[in-house]
Amino acid sequence: MSAQSSTSQTGEARGTGEILLKIDDLQVYYGAIAAVKGISLEVRQGEIVTLIGSNGAGKSTTLRTISGLIKPRQGSVTFAGKNVTTMSGHGIVEAGICHSPEGRRIFPRMTVDENLDMGAFLRNDKDGIAEDREHVLELFPRLRERIAQKAGTLSGGEQQMLAVARAMMGRPKLLLLDEPSMGLAPVLVDLIFDTIQTIRDQGTTILLVEQNALAALGIADYAYVLESGALKLQGSARRLAEDDEVTRAYLGG
Amino acid sequence: MSQATATVSVTAKRTPAETRALIIRGTSYVLLAVTALWILYKAFTQPADFFTVGFLGLKFGALYALVALGYTMVYGIIELINFSHGDLFMLATVVSGLIMVSWLARTDPTVTGFLVMIGALLVAMVLAGSVNTLAERVAYRRLRRAPKLAPLITAVGLSFIYQSVGIQMNGSGQRNWSTLLGDRSFSLGPVKVQWSVIVVLTVTIPLLLAMTYLINRTRQGKAMRATAQDQDAARLMGVDVDRTIAFTFALGGALAGAAGMLWLQSIGTTRYDLGFQLGLIAFTSAVLGGIGNLNGAVLGGFLIGIIQALNEAFLLGNAWSQTVVFTILIMVMVFKPEGLLGKPTTEKV
Ligand SMILES: Nc1ncnc2c1ncn2[C@@H]1O[C@H](COP(=O)(O)OP(=O)(O)OP(=O)(O)O)[C@@H](O)[C@H]1O
Ligand SMILES: [Mg+2]
Repeated sequence: MSAQSSTSQTGEARGTGEILLKIDDLQVYYGAIAAVKGISLEVRQGEIVTLIGSNGAGKSTTLRTISGLIKPRQGSVTFAGKNVTTMSGHGIVEAGICHSPEGRRIFPRMTVDENLDMGAFLRNDKDGIAEDREHVLELFPRLRERIAQKAGTLSGGEQQMLAVARAMMGRPKLLLLDEPSMGLAPVLVDLIFDTIQTIRDQGTTILLVEQNALAALGIADYAYVLESGALKLQGSARRLAEDDEVTRAYLGG
Repeated sequence: MSQATATVSVTAKRTPAETRALIIRGTSYVLLAVTALWILYKAFTQPADFFTVGFLGLKFGALYALVALGYTMVYGIIELINFSHGDLFMLATVVSGLIMVSWLARTDPTVTGFLVMIGALLVAMVLAGSVNTLAERVAYRRLRRAPKLAPLITAVGLSFIYQSVGIQMNGSGQRNWSTLLGDRSFSLGPVKVQWSVIVVLTVTIPLLLAMTYLINRTRQGKAMRATAQDQDAARLMGVDVDRTIAFTFALGGALAGAAGMLWLQSIGTTRYDLGFQLGLIAFTSAVLGGIGNLNGAVLGGFLIGIIQALNEAFLLGNAWSQTVVFTILIMVMVFKPEGLLGKPTTEKV
């Protein structure tokens, strides 16, 4: 386990999978304002790791930095042994990180099908793409019904499904999900979380950012709690779900 | 979409404001209909003139469309009104003249002459494309996160710079250049058709088709459409956004370059401030069609070209040309602010 000085650990032994993503002392600024103040974390092969914390804690900023949308001021992001902080955005996608961003960010004037196609933008394997398209449409049958519809006219929930499906079209090694349950009806929230588990079971490692901490801890293997840009707690998801402090602060207990 | 809203406004109870809007809308439709009828009347009574004029309109329309595309593409992708775009077109007119007349002195309508013309076309396209890309690289790219006014002022500044270059190369007044075809024309029955119209259309139509193909069918086109709709999302898909924007400038510049060469060959005269006037009309075309919408820019360009020609021949005459064009623009902006094809759901770039 990585050296953590200030973070309290509730952790017990963690899975022994290979480390896929390793963030070390990451600091990210917007102008003069620090949004992420030196966090370190790791995601192992085959895990669902969740990053929870209240509004403005720096969760999305962390994901955006992993994807190369923002460059960190200090620290490193290592993915599959390569330092991605020096890579271009498309290099990072090519390396196997796909990101379903906060607020869905689907292409509104493209159809559902074209959006999925964009998800596979860097790929050339026609057969593989067709296979994955079929696969995500099986995961999200609603999208199949709407396949020729302009994405901007989908309902919020359908757009969220499309955002996740689109990210999967890149056949990622690591899938970054930023609040996939935001604004969804309870039934859909369950569906999304079930689907995230299915995606993991099929072999994709997932880093999940969620407001819905209870549901996230329910499916995650390991969790990090972020507060004002710094890591506050980490540990196995089951342990954190029972932790008094977490329950009080994030689970409304 | 618009049909659905129309049905709603008819069936639902109308407020006084809606009634007023309906009256204004009705009146403008009647005006439009009267104008259309008058033009149709001319088409039947003076068919030869009508078609001759129509071809002229097509020629100008094609040129406006080519220039309008550059405005609309750049606007579509980074929401910048590239004020210097028309001046790029002007530079292309001068450069193509320099190549064909001053340097190679080939303006005879022979095979060599045509080859030189094609060469000049390519040089003008590459040059205008490169200058536009360079401007993006050194100026606009750095200003992408700056307030909107900064790149706009930069564009205005570049416009002045290009015009100064134009003065250096073309002189401070109108300059006539000899052309391959002059105003030679042929007869299609009673209709007189200038050869230059044919040249303009044979270059423009394939260019427009190639553009459509590029935007809708190629990877580069996909990247452009994605970038236009959401830059960060495009990045997350692995699109090289910087390269895509640079490519858009190159493409828009190249089309303006082609238009410049065609202008000089079909009109035979240029001036350092030609880009301002023509740029304004082309920009109007882009807005008329729906800024950011490629088909809209082409439609707007041809519409304005044809309306101008018809107006000059049959309606109010030359002196009212600009008035007619901008009246149409204002009317469209009032009744359909998003432009003719600029529906929120249609394809931008
Ligand atoms: N583009 C930006 N410019 C300036 N500050 C920003 C920007 N984006 C985010 N911030 C600030 O950075 C901090 C972290 O934001 P971030 O979006 O990472 O939070 P978050 O944990 O994802 O919150 P939420 O749960 O509300 O999505 C916040 O204080 C926010 O105001
Ligand atoms: Mg967030």
